[in-house]
Amino acid sequence: MIPRIYIPGDSGALALGAEKVAKAIASELAERGIEAKIVRNGSRGAYFLEPMVEVATANGRVAYGPVKPSDVKSLFDSGFLTGGHHKRWLGVPDKIPFLAKQTRLTFARCGVTDPLSLESYKKYGGLNGLTNALGLTPAAIVAEVTESGLRGRGGAGFPTGIKWKTVLDTSGDRKYIVCNADEGDSGTFADRMIMEGDPFVLIEGMTIAGIATGATKGFVYVRSEYPHAVAVMNKAVEIARKAGVLGASVLGSAHAFDMEIRVGAGAYVCGEETALLDSLEGKRGMVRAKPPLPAHKGLFGKPTVINNVISLASVPIIMDKGAAFYKDFGMGRSRGTIPIQIAGNVKYAGLFEAAFGMTLGEIVDEIGGGTATGRPVKAVQVGGPLGAYFPRALFDTPFDYEAFAAKDGLIGHAGIVVFDDTADMLKQARFAMEFCAIESCGKCTPCRIGSTRGVETIDRIAAGIEPEKNLALVTDLCNTMKFGSLCALGGFTPYPVMSSITHFPDDFKPAPVRVAAE
Amino acid sequence: MTMQPASTEITSRTAAIIQELKGLEGPLLPILHGIQEEFGHVPKDALPVIAEALNISRAEVHGVVSFYHDYRSHPAGRHVLKLCQAESCQSMGSDAIAAKLKQLLGIGFHETARDGSVTLEPVYCLGLCACSPAAMLDGQVIGRLDDEKLDEIVAEVRS
Repeated sequence: MIPRIYIPGDSGALALGAEKVAKAIASELAERGIEAKIVRNGSRGAYFLEPMVEVATANGRVAYGPVKPSDVKSLFDSGFLTGGHHKRWLGVPDKIPFLAKQTRLTFARCGVTDPLSLESYKKYGGLNGLTNALGLTPAAIVAEVTESGLRGRGGAGFPTGIKWKTVLDTSGDRKYIVCNADEGDSGTFADRMIMEGDPFVLIEGMTIAGIATGATKGFVYVRSEYPHAVAVMNKAVEIARKAGVLGASVLGSAHAFDMEIRVGAGAYVCGEETALLDSLEGKRGMVRAKPPLPAHKGLFGKPTVINNVISLASVPIIMDKGAAFYKDFGMGRSRGTIPIQIAGNVKYAGLFEAAFGMTLGEIVDEIGGGTATGRPVKAVQVGGPLGAYFPRALFDTPFDYEAFAAKDGLIGHAGIVVFDDTADMLKQARFAMEFCAIESCGKCTPCRIGSTRGVETIDRIAAGIEPEKNLALVTDLCNTMKFGSLCALGGFTPYPVMSSITHFPDDFKPAPVRVAAE
Repeated sequence: MTMQPASTEITSRTAAIIQELKGLEGPLLPILHGIQEEFGHVPKDALPVIAEALNISRAEVHGVVSFYHDYRSHPAGRHVLKLCQAESCQSMGSDAIAAKLKQLLGIGFHETARDGSVTLEPVYCLGLCACSPAAMLDGQVIGRLDDEKLDEIVAEVRS
């Protein structure tokens, strides 16, 4: 058997030097005259161990990490091709605590398989869901997805099955499946990981959505900041087309479905679904008023399913194992698993897929291991730039859509950014307003102008100018933005701002007092 | 600085890109991406050609080009360095990294070094939040930026 060496091609791993490691291993192989196959897999998501190199041995996979190019010679000397011991030895990857504690449903193959091998995809259960779906009526597929309890993983948490049913029930000469891969929220990288690490699962999910709703064309709108994901998706679509997964006859059935990968152009607001549709149509990414819903009049005015990457990538496992299997995970109305992205100033940063219901404290302290700097955690922002900052006092909040909403927060795309006690929450609140000003599409006045006025008013508070009066003004402004904006950009910017003011009032006190207090 | 191609040349190269992509549904963004890849920016002279081919007004084309952060009206430097300034990177000291980099390169955000070597841009998330602070140099991703990596970046853009 030729040894197989897995070196992630995931951009997170590349950012930590995986390419140099791959080159060093290749040249060492050549120098020693050893024949081996190098597979560029995705990442398993334990970024604190990346670049994590794995070898397939007679006794299964053995992992080493984080590997530096300078480790490569000694790895060979230690016999790592047969799982030999070395200071970077991590053992069986599935037993690494960070990975062993997870429930991998959507990310089951990510980091395990060769992302561009359809054979490998099938070997690990790929296409089972699509095959099952092809034996069902569209209504039965929609019913299964509805029954699973899957809710939109992009942030809004709208039941996916209900969205699909609306499109199925709407007549149209042409319908579309649009995948929102405009993952712009800081602290999130699940979409990127799945596109780079297991692109076929997204293609399979979109194809099932097409069959379920009568749509024959799909678009994936990927942000331009993700060139690696774009490249992998394009190759995967090509492979799927050649293999007959996509095309005029999906897996030999009477259903047609094909798709295209489109690239955004650096506008955060295009992550909002209606702005994304306008952008796909070749317009400015301006938010549309609803109704009409995209399900009735979406892309080019046709009935359109628009779902987040993770929502669509979760469909194959549901259609493979059944709604009951998926629904069995989770709590309350949040069913199934969610890929939590632990990011920022945290010791064990990475992607952690788990059933809903873990508390924020468990995620940050136990799984994340506290801050990377070793200082106390001051705040965590959950759900991206539009998510609330939570203090330690709210660490008992379970990871669940409703539980977070009850504490004036949101799960969003399940990214958690950890800050240590050096964070200045006034600065973070100001940034939230500034970001909104930079990224506003300009349609709604509270968002377009309110955000700029917000920055100015927070600056006045920082300068100690009538702080109480200006705090009241910011609160009032947030209220106007929340209720007077069409979409979540203007409407949710108040979350980080107000949560900072509410939970960290000391940071908004005039400067002399703040200095005296320290 | 590179010389700007003459306008007839822009017109013909633009027309070729449009010809290739016009059949797509919603072709404007793919066309603009193609033009930027060809010229390094979206030249003003390309806009009327697009408007004519897609049967939309020049104002509409201008409106789209100016809406998106990615499209440049002028060529960038030989290298483009995008430094993440979003929350995850902020929590790991991206402000200090930005200040240091600006000083090392002698330019601010959205500026190009006088010798045309590098353009520095802020970016709001590269999806590398598990290895913050992060940057992208000419499409290559770099995580866990520190002084040593900044020096390497500066050496590379100056070489």
